[in-house]
Amino acid sequence: MTDSRWMAEPQVRRGAVITLLVALLALLGPWLAPHAPTAMLGPVYGPPSADAPLGHDFLGHDLLSRLLSGGLSVLWMSLAAATLALLAGASLGLLAGLSRRRLDQAISWAADVSLAFPDLILVLLIVSMLGRAPWLIVLTVAVAFTPGVVRLARGSAVAVAGQEYVEAAQMMGYPRWRILFKEILPNILTPLLVHFGNMLTWAVGMLSGLSFLGYGVAPPAADWGLMINENQAGLLVQPWAVLAPALLIGVFAYGTNILAEGIGRVSARIGEIQP
Amino acid sequence: MPDHAQRSLRTPAWLAWFVGRLGYGLLTAWVISLVVFIATQALPSDPARVILGPDAPLESILSLQRQLGLDQPILVQYLRWLGAALSGDLGTSLDSQLPVAQLLFGRLGHTLALLAGVLALVVPLALLLGVSLALRRDRRLDRWGLSALILLKATPGFLLAIGLVLLFSMPGMGWLPAVSILDPQQPLWRQLQFLVLPVIALSLSALPYLTRMVRASMIEALESDYVVAARLRGIPERRIVWRHTLPNALTPAIQGVALTLRTLVGGALLAEVIFSYPGIGTALNAAIQMRDLPMIQGVVLVITLAVVLINLLADLLTVLLTPRLRTARRVRMILRNRRGIRPWWRRTRSTSAQEAQHD
Amino acid sequence: MNAGLKMSREVLRVRDLRVELAGEVDVLANVSFSLAAGEIVALVGESGSGKTTLATALLRHARQGARIVAGHIEVAGQALLELQGEALRLARGGLVGYVAQDPATALNPALRIGTLLRETLLAHEPALGHGTVDRRIGETLVDVGLPDDQAFLRRFPHQLSGGQQQRVMLALAFVLRPRLIVLDEPTTALDVTTQAHVLATLKRLCRSQDVAALYVTHDLAVVRDLVDRVMVMYAGRLVEVAGRDALFGAPAHPYTRALLAAIPDIARRQPLQAIAGHAPAPGQRPQGCAFAPRCARRRAECAMIEPPLVGHASDHHVACLAPLRESMTLHATAATFVATHEATPLLEVRGLDVAYDRQVLFDVSLAVRQGECLALVGESGSGKTSLARAIAGLGENVEGQLRYAGEPLAFAARQRDVRQRHQIQYVFQNPYRALNPRQTVGQILSAPLAHFFGIRGAQAQHRVEAVLERVSLPASIAQLYPNSLSGGERQRVAIARALICQPKLLVCDEITSALDVSVQASILALLRKLQAEGLTLLFVTHDLGVVRAIADRVLVLRQGRVVEQGSADQVLGQPVAAYTRTLIEHSPSLATD
Repeated sequence: MTDSRWMAEPQVRRGAVITLLVALLALLGPWLAPHAPTAMLGPVYGPPSADAPLGHDFLGHDLLSRLLSGGLSVLWMSLAAATLALLAGASLGLLAGLSRRRLDQAISWAADVSLAFPDLILVLLIVSMLGRAPWLIVLTVAVAFTPGVVRLARGSAVAVAGQEYVEAAQMMGYPRWRILFKEILPNILTPLLVHFGNMLTWAVGMLSGLSFLGYGVAPPAADWGLMINENQAGLLVQPWAVLAPALLIGVFAYGTNILAEGIGRVSARIGEIQP
Repeated sequence: MPDHAQRSLRTPAWLAWFVGRLGYGLLTAWVISLVVFIATQALPSDPARVILGPDAPLESILSLQRQLGLDQPILVQYLRWLGAALSGDLGTSLDSQLPVAQLLFGRLGHTLALLAGVLALVVPLALLLGVSLALRRDRRLDRWGLSALILLKATPGFLLAIGLVLLFSMPGMGWLPAVSILDPQQPLWRQLQFLVLPVIALSLSALPYLTRMVRASMIEALESDYVVAARLRGIPERRIVWRHTLPNALTPAIQGVALTLRTLVGGALLAEVIFSYPGIGTALNAAIQMRDLPMIQGVVLVITLAVVLINLLADLLTVLLTPRLRTARRVRMILRNRRGIRPWWRRTRSTSAQEAQHD
Repeated sequence: MNAGLKMSREVLRVRDLRVELAGEVDVLANVSFSLAAGEIVALVGESGSGKTTLATALLRHARQGARIVAGHIEVAGQALLELQGEALRLARGGLVGYVAQDPATALNPALRIGTLLRETLLAHEPALGHGTVDRRIGETLVDVGLPDDQAFLRRFPHQLSGGQQQRVMLALAFVLRPRLIVLDEPTTALDVTTQAHVLATLKRLCRSQDVAALYVTHDLAVVRDLVDRVMVMYAGRLVEVAGRDALFGAPAHPYTRALLAAIPDIARRQPLQAIAGHAPAPGQRPQGCAFAPRCARRRAECAMIEPPLVGHASDHHVACLAPLRESMTLHATAATFVATHEATPLLEVRGLDVAYDRQVLFDVSLAVRQGECLALVGESGSGKTSLARAIAGLGENVEGQLRYAGEPLAFAARQRDVRQRHQIQYVFQNPYRALNPRQTVGQILSAPLAHFFGIRGAQAQHRVEAVLERVSLPASIAQLYPNSLSGGERQRVAIARALICQPKLLVCDEITSALDVSVQASILALLRKLQAEGLTLLFVTHDLGVVRAIADRVLVLRQGRVVEQGSADQVLGQPVAAYTRTLIEHSPSLATD
């Protein structure tokens, strides 16, 4: 299982590059920003000038600075939510797939019930009643995504555990944890990775949507989703205020999406077991 | 092989499964009511304070508590709430002092109209597109189509909606209303132009998944052994597509539609807010901002129960349309280590319609 | 033989057929033969020989990536390769029928049997009236031995047994009254008894309706009583074409002889002779005769000239520069096995009951002595795999007693002693799922070494190379991942994995079921060698020919119960139970006396 097999697929390369670029932008942006993102420096909806290459927004902030500073929250929250969902969901799914029927049924049923909640509704519900601390939002989004991961992990684990080489390992008497990590896990990794990429995409969409509705980061902090909301009214005057953050959100979502697709394609090509 | 020809019982085989599934659905619905209740009334340390805000005077808080029955033990609160909900009483809106059920009813109709519009547009389009792309697999149309779908899928739904709003707000593009402020006096079917943009926005975000799913299951059916066997028997190609592959390819699409509906409900919320469309989504949004607890509870309950119902219907349709599942005396769930009966030496292709596999 | 009469009854004539893959790599070339009406001809070859490609080419169909590029195919006077559009569609099915290998996947699970039959008939004769259609369908169903009532027509494929499904495939082909029927290994998936019935039906139909049949198979024994002529294919070429008696009595091509000697036959107990090496893949044909690298009679000119198919005797053609002329008789032998009389058997099973969702084994008892090979025989559903798995420690819901080397043996492998765990090894049925796709062969083999014996590093590598040599695999294979290996190679790696644990008892579960005959022969030879070195074997199989080749004692299972057990000669020669007798009767054999 060499890395070159993955990197050979053009979609994987493109997706990885795009995602990394945007991530770097968001990460290093705050340092690169020429002005403070909350400083009201210029004219409201001011056009681009030498001092402010993208112009000014609805309160006179420098748009470029705000843009550079506005990605961090979306990115770290999407990454955290997707990672939490992956870890929790994979553990539960593996547990379900490899245990006695009772435990399996219980976990599967719990996952099904959670899946009945549309993601956004659940997040809104929690956020509205319990406040909008960032970690709470991350937790809720992770909870919303976890049942999907549980289903996927369970399906993959069952498919793999039914394979004869796992039975051979059991017959040899390998300890359970060793079977889990050496026989089963490597073979379910790929579908989980593909799903992780998808979750990143959905998380970005959902979190920026939340910010747009006003439930995310509180103003005057810079946030791409919030920026879209704030600058709607002045679209015809200063299009960049809405278009720039929208573009960045879209590009990041596209990058993660392509990455996920590419990984899926490579895995299908090398003939891995699909759940 | 046991002879299935004789039917000692008159009841169809799938009925037993359906009853079990129904029970499962009811159980799920009950748990959902629990979750909604806990999230809104049990979890927050002081719902009344949450509703009125941190600076409210103590008396208002106490009177609100009495009004909502929040001073009772939690179990009693739940039972009263559940009992009321079952009899159709979802409480009174704190904001407008009207019964929640009444407010919901009108809004629900609007949202249902929106969703129906989306389904009416997306499902036939996805079927048409998915089948066409599958039949022209790997040719130019397929490649372009797939790239377009991927692009569409990657764009967050609310961006599409905003894009449409902004597009039609520009001067010269006024032939479709960018904002869907319905006149409450007039019936909905007279103001359908307000539905157009929200439906388009939602359809665009729902199209990629369903299309690719139809395409993948169609390709799988086209590559199956029974299609090759039929072709070698001289069955005309047209009949093969319409009678042999299409029905087999569409059954997985039912689950796809159910999933689409589930995500649509969330997406509809955003779209409604963006277009200012008076549906359940805007009602929820307003309720959240006003901290209208009974309204929040009512809306969320209705939405989630609707999803449970949709899943039930989707499962029922799948069983009814799959002869193997329909006629089984006892529909078994997939066994953990299934010893396959079919000869293993024909390398088993993957049976699920995975998108990436068929690109 | 009146040549003129024969020509007028000629149904199929193939001349110089050539099928290529992308890049001008040929899968089939220079194929020429003809079939007369009512004649049944076998097309024999191993995997990769091109036999399936030839079969589908007769319907002007090639699998993905392959193309028919040259040649002539004439069916009842019509040039098949020049037909277009509607004429081609009508020819498929109407002129040439096709019966696929696996009826379970070849029948649309969403359509009823009646629908399938009706649409097939109407696709070719749309002018037929409703009554005529029903009548034709009814007649055909009766012909193939199926009920013709409405209730049956309303069934779905999954409601039929394997044998019934295959008969439906026959019905779908015969209802159109074609001139030629091509059958692609139609009985591979069926039980021996069902197979015999289906073959008898086929023969009857071909004779009565004067339909020519081309029967593609990899097992000569199956078609011995069925066919009139045999064609043998190797590496995309016809290497021998002869009448049945001529081919079985005096095969001229070295490959045919080697094939006949490698087929397990219930009536002969003699060591199966494997053919060293393997057939060339398309694109890797050596210059000259493709079989030369593996042929014991090879001469200098064999590597330079590709031998054409020429007349050898009357109605017997062979493509060889030095064909054999002596006749070959396959005797029925009764060899004896001297059993080692040990005081305690190595493995003892008493009163074993095993259940999954319902009980599959009822009160099974057996004993295996050290150094012998016990065959577990039964048809599908007999419980033989469940028994083997229970012995290996993989059974669920097991009751009864297991004893190994005099000590009690736990049912679950995890609860067994480490000594017991490494001494009892199991080789799975499906080589494609028996190896972890994410580990190299070297990693797969060294893991048990570290686990059982604590051997790592250079010493482990040494042992890995040694065991690979024991199973006749090159040491370089340790670097590869399983998906680069063929089925036979994977199965050998699985056996190597079992051997590296230094087992005393090896349980083999149908390990050669769908491997090529020559590969099977070499694996069976390997097992016999291991048995001579002291290994005890428990061999699960449904093929009585394999039993005769390898087993010392036999245990026959039927629906979870032991029907008969005893020494191989006794059970196969003088069976006591009626069920065993039926099995033996229906087992194909090549013996002439």
